[in-house]
Amino acid sequence: MEFDLVFLSRLQFALTIMFHYLFPPLTIGLGVVLVYLGAMSLRTGDAAYRQAQKFWTRVFGLNFAIGVASGIVMEFQFGTNWATYSRFVGDVFGSALAAEGIFAFFLESGFLAVLIFGWNRVGPKMHFFSTCMVAMGSIFSSVWIVVANSWQQTPSGSAIVPMTRQVLGDNGQPLLDANGEVLTQPWVIDGVPVMRAEITDFWEMVFNPSTVHRLTHVLLGCLVMGAFFVLSISAWYILKNKHVDFAKRSFTGALVLAAISSIAIALSGHRQAQNVYEYQPAKLAAFEGHFDSEGAADLTLFGIPDAEEEAVQMRIAIPGALSFMVHDDLSFSEPVIGLDKIRPEDRPPLWIPFLSWRLMVGAGTFFIALTLLSCALLWRGTLFEHRWLMWIYVGNVLLAVMANQVGWVAAEVGRQPWIVHPSIVRNDAGEPVLDAQGFIQYERVTATLPDGSNDQRFAGLRTDDGVSKAVEAEQVAASIVMFLFIYLLLGAVWLFVLNKKIQTGPDPPDSGFGTSSATSLLQLGARRTAEQRMAEAGTEPQVIANNEVSP
Amino acid sequence: MICVTNLLLLGQSMIPDFSRETLAFVWFVLLAVLLIGYAILDGFDLGVGILHPFVAQNDHERRLVMNSIGPLWDGNEVWLVTFGGALFAAFPEAYATVFSGFYLALMLLLCALILRAVSLEFRGKVHSPRWRKAWDLMFFAGSTLATFLFGVAVGNMMLGVPLDGNHEFVGRFTELLNPYSLAVGIMAVLAFALHGSIYLYLKTEGEFQQRLRPVMWRMFFLFAAFYAVITTWTAIAAPRSLTTLNEMPILWVVPILNLLAVLNIPRAIHKGIEGHAFFSSSCMIAALVFLFITALFPFLVPASNDPSHSLTILNAASSQKTLKIMLLIALLGLPCVLTYSGVIYWTFRGKVKLDETSY
Repeated sequence: MEFDLVFLSRLQFALTIMFHYLFPPLTIGLGVVLVYLGAMSLRTGDAAYRQAQKFWTRVFGLNFAIGVASGIVMEFQFGTNWATYSRFVGDVFGSALAAEGIFAFFLESGFLAVLIFGWNRVGPKMHFFSTCMVAMGSIFSSVWIVVANSWQQTPSGSAIVPMTRQVLGDNGQPLLDANGEVLTQPWVIDGVPVMRAEITDFWEMVFNPSTVHRLTHVLLGCLVMGAFFVLSISAWYILKNKHVDFAKRSFTGALVLAAISSIAIALSGHRQAQNVYEYQPAKLAAFEGHFDSEGAADLTLFGIPDAEEEAVQMRIAIPGALSFMVHDDLSFSEPVIGLDKIRPEDRPPLWIPFLSWRLMVGAGTFFIALTLLSCALLWRGTLFEHRWLMWIYVGNVLLAVMANQVGWVAAEVGRQPWIVHPSIVRNDAGEPVLDAQGFIQYERVTATLPDGSNDQRFAGLRTDDGVSKAVEAEQVAASIVMFLFIYLLLGAVWLFVLNKKIQTGPDPPDSGFGTSSATSLLQLGARRTAEQRMAEAGTEPQVIANNEVSP
Repeated sequence: MICVTNLLLLGQSMIPDFSRETLAFVWFVLLAVLLIGYAILDGFDLGVGILHPFVAQNDHERRLVMNSIGPLWDGNEVWLVTFGGALFAAFPEAYATVFSGFYLALMLLLCALILRAVSLEFRGKVHSPRWRKAWDLMFFAGSTLATFLFGVAVGNMMLGVPLDGNHEFVGRFTELLNPYSLAVGIMAVLAFALHGSIYLYLKTEGEFQQRLRPVMWRMFFLFAAFYAVITTWTAIAAPRSLTTLNEMPILWVVPILNLLAVLNIPRAIHKGIEGHAFFSSSCMIAALVFLFITALFPFLVPASNDPSHSLTILNAASSQKTLKIMLLIALLGLPCVLTYSGVIYWTFRGKVKLDETSY
């Protein structure tokens, strides 16, 4: 592994985005929770909702601040470290980013002020409106970022065109031709024409083939994150016997959200995998370590991928399951394109996508099992008696963070060696066209050079070609050290302050408790258990009061 | 989403097909608007940060100073973020050249902005004098360094930077730290400090407010001295900056208005109408940014080594289609942005008071 400019720039990007991406899923997920709490607080006037709303808003504000502070880095970074990439994609990618600024950031940051500082300044309705705006802003933000990213994965609505530029005179003034028009010439550097992607159809770019699938998956990931975050803190309170009523209500509500979103994300993941296979078969093959394009495709459960031997060592697999996953093929026999159909220089690295994809799917499966089990226990009314389960929930938030992180890692590393993925050449039936050596072909564009010759290149951009030329490796290394230091500091302080907030806990509720759907679910369970036990003991069932669930 | 889609489709049919040249010019103006908006708005909260250790004497006052910008600074900074995004989309070549060319300076800027942002959030979370002192220092250092670097960047753009034929920066980091640019950096710090001191005066009351009076005066005289020096220095060091003004003499109105705005600040402070002083310092900042942009025009990044390597508005612009779509996005978004910015500023009007939700 060489510590060259490309490697260091990628390392820097990975470091900064992975740190940044700790926070957006939390804020988006918590934002939805806040909207729910705000709506219920308005509708029922229940002080407990207001209590919960205030507590989770404080936590939200803390996460938001670091999310914004670390997010500013991302926007600058395209220009600082990936200048050549910026020149190539600016016309397309930039517009999505600018839309994010105008439609999302202003909305978010403006109303965040009301959300956090406005409790005594505006009425409850205005406060609720602001909560909705902040949640909407953070969702809009993810929409535009996923749009921009998805376009890089499955470009559409754009064309790669050779560029021309103004001819400037000695004083920098534009020169005019005989007709008085500004003189332009084809832009060629060292015999290579300068190309860039330009928008041909904005909406086709926005709704490119993978946008909707990826967006659904990302947003569900955020909900899972938010739910497990609330579950973790609530479980901790239950274990420590603090704020128990508040904690049980928060837990119950978040559990329902966690169960629904865990199941939904598995379904969305399945559809997305098929979408990835259709447009980026190399990526899915790397996820699976799948080399063999002939015959039924097995789904690897465990193994050690080996790029040299083009196989997975020590493999345990379900026969034909990959055929089913990719094609919904019930005969478990349809072939799946493998890495052997991809030119060696166009293959993604194997280990990182293979491992991160497995970790993500594994975590997702565990979430479904965990939440369904918990729902069953909630129904029986014994959920909170299982301390081991509460401990699992306390730690499970880390698994949710990991699942979100490795999901992105799988998506981004699986795209390599391309930073902008070229489309696959297809025949009229939509089948990929293979070249003479049996490899899948990527689309190419042709530019005419000033001497009349033609230059052909891929309709995409390799990551190696995207870095800044004006920057030296030492500078990037220095910036990595700087960010590492700042992020370690921020991460530590964030944990410290978050811990303090959790230790302090929610304010006491302003007035008495009312009923809510979360309590009624709780009560239902509690009542059933009580009745059961009474029946076993042969005594009269007692009336369960509203506050029965609190100690 | 669908609503936005329909509006955009409707808008697309209503906007005439301007040429790429016209649209590029429009975007040059819009970027100027974003930059002016940013400088005025973040200008006062950066200024408050610069003054923080010098005006607040105890913890209560330090909290007051921070809370005077508490609900607003984040929204103000979004102007910068949007400026960055718009530059990326409208003039990708310039975005790439400047950001990669000023690499180390930008990394320092990011560092300053991050530490400043989190110091506001973290400071009040722990009741320990040492903890608070540390974040106070971060708040001051972040605000000052960020402002200074903005000024240095402006200075370098006025002088032009060495570029090769591919529009890549070929100079060294140390060359960016030339005397002229450093002086512009100091002027930026003083301008924002002056702007911030007037803002802080408007947001406070009582004895603390009275102590801000001499601060405003001091900042004004310091700024005025630098303003005079830099104006002269610019005419000598960057004579090209006067080209546009001389080609369109009507634009000389701006430097004259600028001077009047600067002169009106002491007058308003003296008469006790600080609201007018704040308006004047806003106009002063707007005029300075405007003059910076006019000095660049029609270039975005002038090359100091070989003028034909310069990045012009047209050489750096996106395609006609993108510029048009972005114009629609801006026309659709800006009224919303201005409306809710207005709502937020109205909600948090009046003197700053500490309560349970304060930092």
